[in-house]
Amino acid sequence: MIPRYQKILLAVLLIASLGMGFKLWELRERAHKHLLAGESSAPTAAPVVAPAEQATLVAANDMDNSLVPQVHSLPLPADPGARARAVLGKLLDLYAAPDSTHPVPGGAASVAQVFLMPAPGTKSSGNSGDQLAVVNLTGAFAASHPSGLETESLTVLSICATLRANLPGVTEVRFLVDGQQRPSLAGHADLTRTYLTAEATPTEGNRQ
Amino acid sequence: MHWSNTLPSWVTQDSISGPPTNSSWFVGWRRPGWGVKTAVNLLAAIALSPPCFAQTPPPPAARFVIVLDAAHGGDDAGAHLDSGQFEKTVNLALSVRLRSLLAARGIQVITTREADTSVDIYQRAAIANHANAAVCLSLHASESGTGIHLFASSLQPAEPTRFMAWKTAQAAWITRSLGLAGAVNSALAHAGLSVTLGRIPLPGIESMTCPALAVEIAPQRDSDNKITAEPDTPDYQARVAASLAAAMLEWRSDPNRTEARQP
Repeated sequence: MIPRYQKILLAVLLIASLGMGFKLWELRERAHKHLLAGESSAPTAAPVVAPAEQATLVAANDMDNSLVPQVHSLPLPADPGARARAVLGKLLDLYAAPDSTHPVPGGAASVAQVFLMPAPGTKSSGNSGDQLAVVNLTGAFAASHPSGLETESLTVLSICATLRANLPGVTEVRFLVDGQQRPSLAGHADLTRTYLTAEATPTEGNRQ
Repeated sequence: MHWSNTLPSWVTQDSISGPPTNSSWFVGWRRPGWGVKTAVNLLAAIALSPPCFAQTPPPPAARFVIVLDAAHGGDDAGAHLDSGQFEKTVNLALSVRLRSLLAARGIQVITTREADTSVDIYQRAAIANHANAAVCLSLHASESGTGIHLFASSLQPAEPTRFMAWKTAQAAWITRSLGLAGAVNSALAHAGLSVTLGRIPLPGIESMTCPALAVEIAPQRDSDNKITAEPDTPDYQARVAASLAAAMLEWRSDPNRTEARQP
């Protein structure tokens, strides 16, 4: 014979568990509706167009193996990572132009992301300000890049020099292709190493 | 354990004055009584007699070995040139041509590949280092740019040490590699070829312990930037190979130079 108080306790626990289950179901439905509402929501504010600024693009020239700084005016976001992506996109747009001195197809869309982080070896406090830029290129860009020691090296070095010219805090650059490390850009330029931007300074052509 | 310098009493002093002449040698062993004792005498004579060389031989001539590295090969085709050829094929053709020219001039040549085979870049460096090469030329071809591109490693010069890091071993040789670039540049310019010089990261070459360069053949262009010869054009390749051979001969005469000199 079950005591009466136990029957009452069992009934109360049963009612409480059913109530909590119902509440949980309701919360789940509410969260799902919130998620769907967020995905379908239209922008409520117009995107802010960054003001045009002067940017230095260090452009490569295949004919004399040189890197030449050029000043261009283009909208530059305030965020350093987005800024780096914007200048590199403009640089690769120059290379994709028909009269380019360093023809490489792809254009601005070839730079998927640029991540900025404290350079390895610098103090965690970040007092030195040295930064490592990780440039994530698209696989399509690497696949369509002309193959050769000179042309691949010029692409890599011009990206490093352009980052240094516009973001002086960037001292080191690493490259990824579709988010993965890759041995070379198109069979020649080594993408496994860390490039020092100080070593990618523009040089006069050395043609004989 | 010590070896005694004193001889047993039955080893005669005469026998250690020098090996016997041929006649007594062959006659003697037939004599009765020439048994173990004679054999020991002869062995002692050989072991203790002064060297029989009247004079030391002349030192061997200094080796001058050139390693030719036709880049890419096998699955790694390299660039696809406008002529339809793959870079690996053009590199190998230039390597074979240059090897013949150098061999005809009496220079020992070692190649990293003689066929369409895959060779790892570090295996190529190991071949050059094992050969104790005087020069290593890594041969490339490209459709970009114009003329001949000469590249030395961008490593900073360093003093040679007994043990060098594998990936930066070239640092101890970079000064001489730049001198070699000057010699090759002079020879190519002397042949009327357009040359660009540069220093870039060169994996593989940076593990070599000898003066080393990457030589990239690009199309020859006229003043209007129009292509007059592709990297696989036989006449163009022959001119480049002849110039490189001339540069190697020049380098052999003065392998320690660090500056360019007009031929």
